[in-house]
Amino acid sequence: MLWQLFIVFLKVGLVSFGGGYAVLTLIQREAGGRGWTDLEEFQEVVAMAGMAPGSIATNAATLIGYSEAGILGAIIATVGIILPSLILVILISSFFLRLHNNAWIKSSFYGLRPIVTGLIIYAAVHFGFGRLGDAALSWTMVGMLLICAGSLALVTKYKVHPFAVILLSAVAGIVLF
Amino acid sequence: MNDAQIRRFKLLGQLFGVFIRIGPSTFGGGYSMITMIEEEIVHKKGWMNEEEMGEMVTIAGSAPGGVAVNSSAFIGYRLAGILGAVTAVFAITLPTFMIVFLLSLLSTIFKDNEKMTAALQGIHASIVALIIVAACKMWKSSILDTATLLIAASAVFLLLFTDIHSLYLILGGPLAGIAVILCKRQLGMAVRTEKPPSEDKRELHYPEYYI
Repeated sequence: MLWQLFIVFLKVGLVSFGGGYAVLTLIQREAGGRGWTDLEEFQEVVAMAGMAPGSIATNAATLIGYSEAGILGAIIATVGIILPSLILVILISSFFLRLHNNAWIKSSFYGLRPIVTGLIIYAAVHFGFGRLGDAALSWTMVGMLLICAGSLALVTKYKVHPFAVILLSAVAGIVLF
Repeated sequence: MNDAQIRRFKLLGQLFGVFIRIGPSTFGGGYSMITMIEEEIVHKKGWMNEEEMGEMVTIAGSAPGGVAVNSSAFIGYRLAGILGAVTAVFAITLPTFMIVFLLSLLSTIFKDNEKMTAALQGIHASIVALIIVAACKMWKSSILDTATLLIAASAVFLLLFTDIHSLYLILGGPLAGIAVILCKRQLGMAVRTEKPPSEDKRELHYPEYYI
């Protein structure tokens, strides 16, 4: 179990280009496929992971590790997802000057960045509308849309700090639902 | 212990001290933290100069993983080798780990509390908003021409309508990029693989697509 947690999150960590949002889908698939979380549990994990400071992917790893194998599981999963970053950053910074202006590397990132964009867009669609199938026009859905739109406005228009927005939305959730 | 060892030990301690303080302030994303790191590392401690910081931002943003963890690994490694990198990453991760752990305990206690469920649902909705903001920011820096637009569109299409594993997309992206650039060169078309650096320097510190 611990070994499996380690390997799964090591794999996730290795490909988490562009940050946490892009790999949420991957984590869900890996964890879901092994019966660690279903979609609803995973959405709760994402909500909690987003509340804490730091990377949403690392936090999700900690939470899933904890629910599967206790505190040792949490540590193993966290180390697993961080280890590739640590090793790669050390490697890259040793060879940085040679790599940075390499045309192949530049072309690779030219192609990789739109993929990361696509993954983040999918994550938004998936987590935003994943549960709508069973309740097309319920009060919950209207409330969620309201909170989502309100948060968007606060973050983009009024430059409110994301953490403040998260706290406000928790209050809004208690009031609305 | 000789002098050099003592100095090294002290440096590791200082690294730990700096990053354990930065860790909990990564609420709202890695990039907001870069300003803080700059303040501590460049201005207060004088461990690095502005140029090295720029290098750090590039590496932290392009290596897989979180900006926070990547930056601390970079700075730790530059200052005190592999042990320094491990120390800095440990220090920046520890507070977050504890907070997540506490949250997890709290949620087990209040698992069947209606208010807790409602609050989580509200947070879920605002996280979706944050993901949308992240997607927009990532879009701006990645969609440079028709080819990149097509790559992004096909990624979304494949994810929505097929059962493709996102691992293959991440592996396929660089291949597609290299293929497109080679074709364009062959056809003698102008190639631009990166967004021109923004005039506004704050822009660099603000794209919090990584939260």
